[in-house]
Amino acid sequence: MSARLFWMGWLFHLKTLTNSLFFVLVSVLQPIIFASIAFFMVESGSRSGTLLYVALGAGLMGIWSATLFGSGGAIQWQRWQGTLELMVGAPPPFVAVLLPLTVATSTIGIYSVVATLAWGRIFFGAPLDFVHPGELFVALPATILSLGMLGLLLASTFILYRNANAFSNLLEYPVWLATGLLVPLTLLPGWVEPIGWVLSPTWGMRAIREAAFGGNAWPEIALCVGLGLVYVALGAIALRNFERLARSRATLSLT
Amino acid sequence: MNTSLRVFFVGGGISYRALFNWINPGIYIPTMLGAPLFQILFFTYLGRYAGSQDDAFFIVGNSIQVAAMSGIYGMTMGIANERQYGTLQPLLATPANRLAIFTGRALPFVLNGLFVSAFGFAVSWLLLDFHPAPGSVPALALAVLVTTCSCVSLGMLIGSIGLRARDVFFGANLVYFLMLLVCGVNVAPDDLPGWLAAIGKCLPLTHGIEAAREIASGSPLGDVAGLLWTEAFIGLAYATAAYGLFRLFETEGRRRASLETY
Repeated sequence: MSARLFWMGWLFHLKTLTNSLFFVLVSVLQPIIFASIAFFMVESGSRSGTLLYVALGAGLMGIWSATLFGSGGAIQWQRWQGTLELMVGAPPPFVAVLLPLTVATSTIGIYSVVATLAWGRIFFGAPLDFVHPGELFVALPATILSLGMLGLLLASTFILYRNANAFSNLLEYPVWLATGLLVPLTLLPGWVEPIGWVLSPTWGMRAIREAAFGGNAWPEIALCVGLGLVYVALGAIALRNFERLARSRATLSLT
Repeated sequence: MNTSLRVFFVGGGISYRALFNWINPGIYIPTMLGAPLFQILFFTYLGRYAGSQDDAFFIVGNSIQVAAMSGIYGMTMGIANERQYGTLQPLLATPANRLAIFTGRALPFVLNGLFVSAFGFAVSWLLLDFHPAPGSVPALALAVLVTTCSCVSLGMLIGSIGLRARDVFFGANLVYFLMLLVCGVNVAPDDLPGWLAAIGKCLPLTHGIEAAREIASGSPLGDVAGLLWTEAFIGLAYATAAYGLFRLFETEGRRRASLETY
């Protein structure tokens, strides 16, 4: 039952998001533009030989953007569409209904990775030589799943903030920085690194890089998934609180 | 006060308050101040990593480009939201001077863009140790003003297209991000392929940013006058095209009774 609910919900939301021009922009065009900027910057600078590093980083940036905008405003969007009451009123727990949506938002980020790798390969000659392709095929889905779980936490907490979409606008660049997706954390002030430790994209990116460039990706994969489970637990608590307040105050459909 | 001037100033002010969705402080601060701040930090640190240019290159480029947020998104909302909110028909039923209606909307977004850009330079001074040459600030402000006006002109054009197009904000988003790539904001035009650099030269920002960089590094205003005039003419061309489209869509909308249809 739960597996079927997750699968059908995930598939439905994945198709819906894929039909959205906004998400095409966020998950395909924007990462390609950012990847191109980074490619040109490293080509004209002193970092030759880092094209694959840049392509992977820009791809992960796209996954974060898709998760942030898709999940951060998930509850608000359902509310605007008039489907929130149906989701909350359905027999399964609300968290089980919402999780497929947030994982779908991170899943469409896979377009970003494919797009930036293909773009880098075709137009910039980025080498696609992965040292441990097997680990990469585990690290990438684990990262996406973990970001989807982070999305659940975002969805359940952003709802407390009336202008959740504006908060999403704010958080895009800082998380790109704090998780070291393109800029190594060693270049940033020391206090930034601990922030990255509690964000799963940090470990997902490290796992993907370990797999791509050689190294042991499994500890990072485990950390990434472990953090994801923590996000789900926290998100479930926040959602239960949201649902209780919304029911008792009759504010579920109020924006 | 002359009627057209009143439409220009009062009408422009009212439309800004009514149609600019981000005017609420809860949206304005994270979107118009927070996001630009982190954009400047992100590209400056990325520049340090890539080693392609010095910090000032990215600070000046991005601090001016963030004014496009007001120019592109704001101006698009300022025109296209009339249709979205169902106020386009009453507006066009008035006998008010169309040029005053149209251009009056631009002024608040120019001021807004200047404010956001000034904020970008201020936080760069505070956080990134950016110190332009002494005495260059007035000329730098002029470069920012000219560039912001030309960005607003491009926003007017996109907004006018929004009087007919189904999803104009997709176009606005795409243009905003493409400007980061082709307008010399983060990549010097010389480092771009020729065709991309050529596109950039036809867009607002490119010449204004180049002028601002030279001013910040100590060049006198006279040395960059040509660049600023080019930027101004590009802005004027976009504004003219925008007004032309606005009138065309008004005429067509009346003829087909399709002003607010999607």
